[in-house]
Amino acid sequence: MQNFSLFDIIGPRMVGPSSSHTAGAAKLGHMAWKIARGDVKEAELTLYGSFATTGRGHGTDKALVAGILGLAPDDARLRYSMLLAQEAGVAVRVAFSDEEPDHPNTARIRITGADGKVTEVVGASIGGGNIRITEINGMAVELSGEYPTLIVRHTDVPGVINDVTSILAREKINVAFMRVFRQARRADACMVIETDTPVLERTRQLILEWCPQTTEVFTI
Amino acid sequence: MKSETKAYLFTKGVDLIALCRAEALPISEVMLRRELALADMPRETVLAELRETLATMRASVEQGLSEQKSSISGLTGGDAERLCSYAGRALMGEVMANSVAASMAVVEVNASMGRIVAAPTAGASGILPGVLLTLAKTRGWDDDALLRGLLTAGAIGMLIACGASISGAEGGCQAETGTGAAMAAASLVELSGGTPSQALHAAAIALKNVMGLVCDPVAGLVECPCIKRNALGAANAILSADLALAGIESLIPFDEVISAMKSVGRAMSPDLRETARGGIAATPTGKALQRALFGQGEEPERIG
Repeated sequence: MQNFSLFDIIGPRMVGPSSSHTAGAAKLGHMAWKIARGDVKEAELTLYGSFATTGRGHGTDKALVAGILGLAPDDARLRYSMLLAQEAGVAVRVAFSDEEPDHPNTARIRITGADGKVTEVVGASIGGGNIRITEINGMAVELSGEYPTLIVRHTDVPGVINDVTSILAREKINVAFMRVFRQARRADACMVIETDTPVLERTRQLILEWCPQTTEVFTI
Repeated sequence: MKSETKAYLFTKGVDLIALCRAEALPISEVMLRRELALADMPRETVLAELRETLATMRASVEQGLSEQKSSISGLTGGDAERLCSYAGRALMGEVMANSVAASMAVVEVNASMGRIVAAPTAGASGILPGVLLTLAKTRGWDDDALLRGLLTAGAIGMLIACGASISGAEGGCQAETGTGAAMAAASLVELSGGTPSQALHAAAIALKNVMGLVCDPVAGLVECPCIKRNALGAANAILSADLALAGIESLIPFDEVISAMKSVGRAMSPDLRETARGGIAATPTGKALQRALFGQGEEPERIG
């Protein structure tokens, strides 16, 4: 990579001690919070690999909890996140797993909302505070969170991509990157669309309403 | 990307110097124009973001020197304050001692889960703010000057990231505190009125001084020896800047030093690259500390 920005070198502004184990973990939690649309009543966090072995010393658990409470990764209150969770009435359970993950710094975040809705996100902290979300509600995905992202769960049939992207076109949203994942032909599938401008709630509703093959739509 | 801005892209020290010479610009201005080209943003937006960065750096130095907080692991804390109180009697002189103390202060804040700016990493976050903000007081550099200092530092860090690595897991501590010192050294040269070529000499000297330095964090934590390696990095930065400003050159050009740094990083055993399996992390005391923190009895709940 030769396109390092100034702020890749002098940055990120973050809460320590570790860009991968603390800042990345906070970002993972924050992404899960966004995917759950800020509705967090209970959370179950499972830490794998190096997150599990040295996470406590790096505040990985506190960083994840701060994230699922909606705190930004550079929020100085991060270290008091367990207390903040208690005050907010969010029940948090942290577990450390022996299981071998694909990436050494992996976390599984299971959020239950006030209405009982469950959102499960798996992601890894891949260095320098950067992250990769690899699973949402059992769907294999791949996204970085660097761009506004639209995730559409749908049935694998002809035309569904066209339905979704024509709504984006009408809303004047430019697609930066787009990938489609599917379990099997004509089965459960998922599009991850990274865009230049944020996808508004109105657009999300439009997609749910006008694309009958879509089952769930998340925006980040 | 617009074609007129494309001209400011560079990935080698020689190209940077050529750009500076062609238009009689300092490194900071070339770096700023490169950033504007890459991000396609107005100058004021980039500078505002950089001002925010400087504010966070300043707050981290102040917090580290005023609070004596121990790290979350309990291993470290309070050393920056100790050095500060002693600075007036320091053999290295008061300004150097205060710069070193400020650098340690930031990494102590980092270890206590405080806010810092990675420069280039969290483990090397103390050097650049420590020396810049301390010397700004005695040299009278205002915030606009400090922003130029950050830009110059960013150019050096970017060149090292392109040609070698700024990650301890890939290149050892030379890649982290070595890079931090090289960045700070070059910015000190520019702010002291040195030429772009002197700034690269300073960066090259700083890198050579710690070539091959291993990354061996006790218990895998960003504390021991990281805090004291930032102390060394601050001294290395000031020393290298002074050598270059005195007219002393690095016999080996900056770009070749970066190539050497990359080869050395590759030749290093993974035990010596942030895995906490070698160096001081593998000493009897290092291992005992690791056991005390994460070992039997203290083991977190295990599932799966």
